[in-house]
Amino acid sequence: MVERRPFIVFLTHFILVVGVVAIALPIWITFVAASHSEIRMTQVPLPLWPGDQLWVNFKNTLFGNGLEGTETAPVWLMLTNSLVMAMMISIGKIAISLLSAFAIVYFKFPFRMGIFWLIFITLMLPVEVRILPTFEVVAQLGMLNSYWGLTIPLIASATATFMFRQVFLTIPDEMLESARIDGAGPMRFFWDILLPLSRTNIAALFVILFIYGWNQYLWPLLITTDQDMTTIVISIKQMLEVAEASPQWNIVMMVALLAMLPPILVVIGMQKLFVQGLTETDK
Amino acid sequence: MANINLVNLTKSYDNTEVLHHIEGSIADGEFIVIVGPSGCGKSTLLRMIAGLETVTSGEVFIGDKMVNDVEPAHRDIAMVFQNYALYPHMSVEQNMAYGLKIRGLPKDEIAKRVREAAEILEITEYLSRKPRQLSGGQRQRVAMGRAIVRDPQVFLFDEPLSNLDAKLRVQMRLEIRKLQKRLGVTSIYVTHDQVEAMTLGDRLMVLNAGYVEQFGTPVELYQCPETVFVAGFIGSPSMNFLSVTVADGVLTLENGATVAFSNGHSGTALLGVRPESLIANPDGAVRLKVEMVEQLGANTLVHGHLEGTGTEMVASLPGIETVESGTVLRFDAPQEALHLFDAATQKRLET
Ligand SMILES: Nc1ncnc2c1ncn2[C@@H]1O[C@H](COP(=O)(O)OP(=O)(O)OP(=O)(O)O)[C@@H](O)[C@H]1O
Ligand SMILES: [Mg+2]
Repeated sequence: MVERRPFIVFLTHFILVVGVVAIALPIWITFVAASHSEIRMTQVPLPLWPGDQLWVNFKNTLFGNGLEGTETAPVWLMLTNSLVMAMMISIGKIAISLLSAFAIVYFKFPFRMGIFWLIFITLMLPVEVRILPTFEVVAQLGMLNSYWGLTIPLIASATATFMFRQVFLTIPDEMLESARIDGAGPMRFFWDILLPLSRTNIAALFVILFIYGWNQYLWPLLITTDQDMTTIVISIKQMLEVAEASPQWNIVMMVALLAMLPPILVVIGMQKLFVQGLTETDK
Repeated sequence: MANINLVNLTKSYDNTEVLHHIEGSIADGEFIVIVGPSGCGKSTLLRMIAGLETVTSGEVFIGDKMVNDVEPAHRDIAMVFQNYALYPHMSVEQNMAYGLKIRGLPKDEIAKRVREAAEILEITEYLSRKPRQLSGGQRQRVAMGRAIVRDPQVFLFDEPLSNLDAKLRVQMRLEIRKLQKRLGVTSIYVTHDQVEAMTLGDRLMVLNAGYVEQFGTPVELYQCPETVFVAGFIGSPSMNFLSVTVADGVLTLENGATVAFSNGHSGTALLGVRPESLIANPDGAVRLKVEMVEQLGANTLVHGHLEGTGTEMVASLPGIETVESGTVLRFDAPQEALHLFDAATQKRLET
């Protein structure tokens, strides 16, 4: 903004601060709750500053069985499940959409545009819409309670295919022709030229898809009945529902903290590429 | 090294023919320039030779081999594109080495070739840079380097200098010419710039609307243009064209002036005369009414009309001359500088 009037400066800062507080406060409370003992968390007033039980809670949560008196799997296992699921979804989606975009942009085959539109139309059919038939198919294939069942129905992605198509269309034809003269076959061109040129877009998409995969709730809830296949996001909900005891807030919050960590790490690790991928247009 | 033969080559896109029955044979080591206005099919022809476009009918021979169905990579050619088409994510060195790597040459052989090409083109110090860290001229050199390292039988260039500024263009033009002579590789160069074409080519193929108008040396094209199109396209400023009637060894201009001309033809025709062939002469038959004067230093261009008609004319006077607009200058032209064309077929009428 060019304008520099004090009131405007104040207003913009005020809005920003309110925004930050609105986002940061719940996280802070989660953190504080995760650092007190179970007893302290049942007393009023609730603490606003961290206690000294962070490490103990961390150890108990990660390697213990989560909540006392429940049959949940150890938290580290659920974290692993979530991680595997998120990775399989994001890598699978990226691989499939890269290949289908490659086929659509660079190969002439019958019904090419028809197939493109077919893929595009599936945008209107997210998992939530087709959940019953999809469940039926997965169940019949015997993929309930497996990583395959968790991920495969979520992998097909029209959005990513469309995005890669647009990326490929910005790459000049001469690049392909030059590679042809250099003797690169189609797959070689794909690996040596297309992939490196789409690197930042892949990274940006990976971040988005990882978080999408990590936060999946409805589908894993349906498809996994075995405690050993539960994902972390589901387990948080389950922990809150323990009927007999009042919720052990310190443990629940610690689980929540742990569940937040991987997406944050992915975002931080990929930040630079992510921003480049969303903003750069120069090829 | 190889000669190239184009036999009755035709190209159509969706039933529209854009190249018509192209014939031409190119000797080993020759530098051929394909020149013509925008959209005449130069790039299409070049890309057919490269194998990037399919051939609709006819045959392309490289060496003695018919290559119509041979992949570009196996035609033993190298191509330099207008936008250079360097791989942006590879360093200059990797760009140059990529084709050799795919061909499976040993590492030290690749390194040696890249080093040699880099030395010839004086880009050794940029070898580790990415293309975006180079200026246009340097990228141009890298694109050339990529062609050289392949040690091909044929170089193909598609307007490789058109993204450079005028001065660099002249410099690179000379370098390409020297390099081609030094390497002795058969080359085909596409441009729409007739000056570039005249200075570079051993022979020029003038294309117009998908037809070969003429295929000959620059001097032949200048002195003996076969068609009105070639006559007007080659040379700057372009040739003047005047409608004339020929009878009994006399040419009659539109305004009635007559010029002696011994040519077996009679009837109406188109007379072509270059601005620089018009020689000022107080008793000359051609009267030019001056409208505008361009001082170029070495010569002076006089624009105007053939007196009494609407036919535009340009004359080039040596040195610096001051001419008032509205004055009438008189010119003569030697018989050998007069070109006569058939008004209907636009073809040259030979003596
Ligand atoms: N893929 C295509 N489909 C249909 N027509 C095409 C195609 N490519 C070229 N043409 C047509 O073929 C003709 C020749 O095109 P070409 O690119 O060879 O021209 P050019 O002489 O290289 O022109 P320029 O100097 O502008 O590059 C043009 O009329 C163009 O419209
Ligand atoms: Mg062209």
